[in-house]
Amino acid sequence: MLFNPVVAQLTLRATLGRRRAILFALPAVILIALTLVLRETHPAGGASWPANVLGNFGFSVLLPLTALVIGTGVLGAEIDDGSAIHLLATPIHRKTIIVTKFAVAAVLTMVFAAVPELIAGLLAPHSSGLGTALFVGALAGSVIYTAVFVMASVLTTRAIMVGLLYVLVWEALLANVVGGARILSIAHYSLGIANAIHPDSQLQAGLTLSTSVILGIVFTVGALVVATRSLSAFALKGDPT
Amino acid sequence: MTAIELVNVSRWYGNVVAVNDITMTVGPGVTGLLGPNGAGKSTILHMIAGFLAPSKGTLTVGGEAPWQHPDIYRKLGLVPEKDSVYAFLTGEEFVRATAKLHQLSNVEQAVRQAIDMTDMSDAANRKISTYSKGMRQRIKVAAALVHDPEILLLDEPFNGMDPRQRLYMMDLLDRLGAQGRTILFSSHILEEVERLSGTIQVMVAGRLAASGDFRAIRRLMTSRPHVFHVRTSDDRALAAALVGRPYTTAVEFTDKNGLQVRTDDFGAFCAQIASLTRDNGIALRELLPTDESLESVFGYLVDSQPSSQGN
Repeated sequence: MLFNPVVAQLTLRATLGRRRAILFALPAVILIALTLVLRETHPAGGASWPANVLGNFGFSVLLPLTALVIGTGVLGAEIDDGSAIHLLATPIHRKTIIVTKFAVAAVLTMVFAAVPELIAGLLAPHSSGLGTALFVGALAGSVIYTAVFVMASVLTTRAIMVGLLYVLVWEALLANVVGGARILSIAHYSLGIANAIHPDSQLQAGLTLSTSVILGIVFTVGALVVATRSLSAFALKGDPT
Repeated sequence: MTAIELVNVSRWYGNVVAVNDITMTVGPGVTGLLGPNGAGKSTILHMIAGFLAPSKGTLTVGGEAPWQHPDIYRKLGLVPEKDSVYAFLTGEEFVRATAKLHQLSNVEQAVRQAIDMTDMSDAANRKISTYSKGMRQRIKVAAALVHDPEILLLDEPFNGMDPRQRLYMMDLLDRLGAQGRTILFSSHILEEVERLSGTIQVMVAGRLAASGDFRAIRRLMTSRPHVFHVRTSDDRALAAALVGRPYTTAVEFTDKNGLQVRTDDFGAFCAQIASLTRDNGIALRELLPTDESLESVFGYLVDSQPSSQGN
């Protein structure tokens, strides 16, 4: 079985019980609050702020950073503090641990990033179409991002740093300047899916739907395979000195 | 079948050799893996537990290589040294979660047995974050025992425990060993394991240096030469009194004030030094053991063991 409910329950309690839970709840609150404020101050139709708030903040900031905090935390935090050994010293197969942790991380990211995106889209004037499209894109993004960040947390103890570099340097900078970099940008896969549902002149992924979906699947499956292999070779350091 | 078998096992990290060509078998009963910090004890336990691959040699647990073989945990329980547990759970929830991860058929009965065995019933419903060091250690043992493993590995189980908790843990390990389980634990303090019965493997600098039963090691510990620095109101009078005692092997005046006293009977010297000074009207101002470093103790054991491998 690829999903273990006990692992899922432990992961959920550990993730939501940590202080860092505030970190991924806060941006969602900011997005919705910002939308409410702008709706009151700029209620006119045709305003360009919904695309900026929902697309640039919701997609470029809220989604990747929430996925980063959750994705690197579901297993990485246990590896860092040593409690993962209690999970690993059981007959549960590593593949099951990775898939379960990933599933929990993906669902939490959907709740704390994709759902607020939908709520903000419904609150913003004349933006329900855009909001729905970005919601679907964010659902896909939640899956791909968390798979990659779970993998990063198994591969390195500096997963958050690596993830931040990827999001801020590769996706936010390089992928917007160099067209070819979009081929390896999860944000652009997510936006490519959203574009297919509701095109917006201000939010262009530069990738077709099929390219976005295929590359998204390759990224997700590849990341989970690498994470499983790496966790299977998980080693405790002894006392070499 | 031998529970644990290591044949010419080595493990290195880059240029550092942590474990060097160890051949060892561990069967049912209690076995202590003793040695100073950095001797390679944890590395050996991690390899046996399947959390480290040997760089060279073969290692089997119940006939199977544990590395990348999670099914080994059906017959093996591990109590890691690190204190990290799921502190947000109660003790009982932690043991129950472990039982479910082992996919036991009767989870509740297994949980109750493991908690009773470690005497944690009274605290089972408290969060682990409120536990003392000794209680955390015991709940880890309960979780490691919940699936009734044949083999139990414990990495420095006595670390940070007070004397009462240590005695309890020793009794528990003795009981588990008497049930026919294979209990292998590591420790860097010989005195910690004085009450245990069973065998002992002494490791120094990555090598298996000596082995024997606990009683033989204890005898060696008490009869090994000890050196004390003593400072009194009249060092010369004390020196004269000490020379007449059978446990004294040498007395020397030091450059600073005081005496350096060598004894081959630690117990007799400690028991009598106070009365000796009092009877001679001497005020005892300072009494310090000067050779208590772990390396000196283990070095002495290595040199004294008839079964020493001459490493």
